[in-house]
Amino acid sequence: MTNSFADFEKAKSFLIIGSNMSEAHPVAATFVKKALLNGAQLIVVDPRRTELASMAAAHAQIKVGSDIAFLNGIMNVLISEGLYDKDYVQNCTKGFDALKEKVKEYPVARAAEISGVDQKMIVDIAHRLAKIKPMMLMYTLGITEHTCGVNNVLSCANLQMLLGNVGFECGGVNPLRGQNNVQGACDMGALPGVFPGYQKVDNPENRAKLEAAWKVQGLSAKLGLMIPQMLDGLLDKQVRGFYIFGENLANTEPDIAHIEKVLAGAEFIVANDIFMTETTRFANVVFPAAAWSEDDGTFTSSERRINRVRAVSIPPGKAKPNWWIFKEIAKRFGHDWESSSAREIWDTEISEIAPSMKGVKYSRLENDGLQWPVPTQEHMGTPYLHKDGKFTSGQGVFSAVDWTPPAEVTDKKYPFVLSTGRRLQHYHTRTQTGRSEGINAILSEETVDMSPQDAANMGIVSGEMVKVMSRRGQVEVRARITEEIPPGMVWMAFHFRESCANWLTNPVFDPITLTAEYKACAVAISKIS
Amino acid sequence: MKATNEGVLLLNGKEVGFIEGQTVLEVAQVNGVHIPTLCHLKEMTPTGACRICCVEIKGMRTLAAACSTPATAGMEVFTETEKVHKARRLIVELLVSSGQHNCISCEANGNCRLQDLVYFYHIEKQAFASPEVPLYPTDADNPFIVRDFSKCILCGRCVQACNEMVVNRAITIGYRGAKSKVVTGGDGSYMGSDCVFCGQCVEVCPVGALVENKGRGTGRNWETKKVRTTCPYCGVGCQQLLHVKGGKIVKVTAVQDAQPNKGRLCIKGRFAYDFIYSKERLTTPLIREKDQFREASWDEALDLVASKFKEIIGSDGPDAVAGVSCARSTNEDSYNMQKLFRAVFKTNNIDHCART
Repeated sequence: MTNSFADFEKAKSFLIIGSNMSEAHPVAATFVKKALLNGAQLIVVDPRRTELASMAAAHAQIKVGSDIAFLNGIMNVLISEGLYDKDYVQNCTKGFDALKEKVKEYPVARAAEISGVDQKMIVDIAHRLAKIKPMMLMYTLGITEHTCGVNNVLSCANLQMLLGNVGFECGGVNPLRGQNNVQGACDMGALPGVFPGYQKVDNPENRAKLEAAWKVQGLSAKLGLMIPQMLDGLLDKQVRGFYIFGENLANTEPDIAHIEKVLAGAEFIVANDIFMTETTRFANVVFPAAAWSEDDGTFTSSERRINRVRAVSIPPGKAKPNWWIFKEIAKRFGHDWESSSAREIWDTEISEIAPSMKGVKYSRLENDGLQWPVPTQEHMGTPYLHKDGKFTSGQGVFSAVDWTPPAEVTDKKYPFVLSTGRRLQHYHTRTQTGRSEGINAILSEETVDMSPQDAANMGIVSGEMVKVMSRRGQVEVRARITEEIPPGMVWMAFHFRESCANWLTNPVFDPITLTAEYKACAVAISKIS
Repeated sequence: MKATNEGVLLLNGKEVGFIEGQTVLEVAQVNGVHIPTLCHLKEMTPTGACRICCVEIKGMRTLAAACSTPATAGMEVFTETEKVHKARRLIVELLVSSGQHNCISCEANGNCRLQDLVYFYHIEKQAFASPEVPLYPTDADNPFIVRDFSKCILCGRCVQACNEMVVNRAITIGYRGAKSKVVTGGDGSYMGSDCVFCGQCVEVCPVGALVENKGRGTGRNWETKKVRTTCPYCGVGCQQLLHVKGGKIVKVTAVQDAQPNKGRLCIKGRFAYDFIYSKERLTTPLIREKDQFREASWDEALDLVASKFKEIIGSDGPDAVAGVSCARSTNEDSYNMQKLFRAVFKTNNIDHCART
């Protein structure tokens, strides 16, 4: 997030696109709703009528995967009517002319045709967004989990720069991160192209710096593999040893049948986990790990805030902290790592290596933590980035992008669009919430959510077991008939194994990030009896 | 020179400044003068429902509720007069009599504002008789929240929290007069209502009317150590207070006034903490032999992994190994994993589910 959660309560205008915050980030949503009670304006762009959509001044119920066409249409109105922030565009950005030319190709009529949103509503939303400054844009996986995920993100950034909303409190482009420490895992360099603190591995100076810090020679300059490439590597035997730390890939990756074939055929898999999962079944060695609250450490939240986590329980049996397990393996390769606590790892290594976290030491994290960048020990952290439109990289760059449809669209055989996501009560593959007393009683099984119109047409009643089929697989699941879903679409989550949406989802990826298109594939529905 | 939106009033005879818009209660709190409250909920619209914060204001015919009376210039406020204490004592006596406030078995014992007030006013005998049979039965129809209406003092904090703080709008005050009750839409149980089980109502209940089912009987407030930590679920990073007894978490509440959640949690953050005590936890290293796992020592399992990775790297090079880190675990864990792959194995084949 460029901005902070503290802004949510104070903001006067929001655009929430591809985010069902009330279920995926419930506490963040409370602040948006509070701002609405105080009179803030909310625009929601989402194929589903979510809780926030029902509270919005306008809900653009776009067709799945039409975000870019819709946003280009909005920007077409803003530019053609001269409603954008001309000073900001002039002084803080570059690439405007190309954007202007591109969005000319998306007149309101075309944007409306692709997105399914009424022309008048597109114009009205453009006017509303231009009227109140700053406007805060939030998105989640509804934007990124598409074959055009990167272009979706660029479109969000385009809109916010066009309106002059980046670099101000209560503005910005704010992706809400799904996991407690997905931001931190990125920051720590658990990515194939960067060392901790986003220092690129193909830069020789960075490698020299890290070789000195780690007292090693010959760090690789070659970009590593991303998860889908690793899985392909397992299939063609280019990857022979695979280490899975705490991820349940056999449930979370698209096309479970395929992924299980890949894992079953792997030569050697090591897993650190706290439970046996659908994935650890395929491991050759499983290490028992300490869980949350059994070890000290830090998580970094969506707002770049580094927070402490503290140990209060003892790990069961012989379970050990994960950092210790990695250190022990390193030792067997003749590498004697000095740090022997999370605090020592942070204070003597991470904050010394990553310039954006140089000022962060455990002694400074006692209360509300710190939001990076924190370049010095006197620095108080950074609540919002690109202050006053002065971008970290100089000028904000517009990217003229075209709409592209999802890789798999509906046809006669598979007439429904399946989109997927998370529900409030459970978390991902339920390894944790499924074992927390009471949660299963509140949500005990998956459903396929569908519109009353489609249900009526097919003679499906609420709670009826139906079959959902895609080109990859099929599941039997109860129908939940709800006005949240428009005709032609169905929606499922991936919390329950037997009826997991990922038996159906399509393993096609954004060409840059290799993010899978979890949000769009084609399915058929049939009655069982 | 003072800004125009500031003023001065007399608080117990002492001149104190205030900012326009502040209530008498807020002015007193800023100046270290204690006024008891029950229904008041910070930053929410004051309801003035319980009247326990009553104060005497010169020129006013009756006592005023400090929580809902705006401070005005020249106002003379008295918080400790005989009249004030008499009124507060009567309010406490009436509240005690309104239901079955049995502290001995009450989960809120030691963490109850009504109990604190009874203690403060040395109320040893009930002044008025309680109803013999509770008007409404206890609702324990859901796994998380027990609603004991016989202990409800109708302060309305839960209603404020639900409607204004988390804005889930699942409960309100229903019925009239002596029959008043906090109700869901249709006055059913929480199950099947609009309740999303965030438990904010429990968090703000000043008495024992709303208690957490899971934590019941597991430890009194004074027996538990409170440890601040960060929620292990979504990316918001809510700050939790773990209530720990005997090395075990018995309850989770929100840290008040902390960024980013300011006293709020959701169903997962508040109630989904006990997975760590599951009997299904892995407790020993496991090595697979054919289709079965067998238990192993740390040394055997670690040696096996190291030798296999050495063999693979030795024959096919470092890029023949790859690793997926964990977006749920700590920074320090992810750091050490990428360090293992980069500094030891000499490959950048390290990733995690960053983009999904």
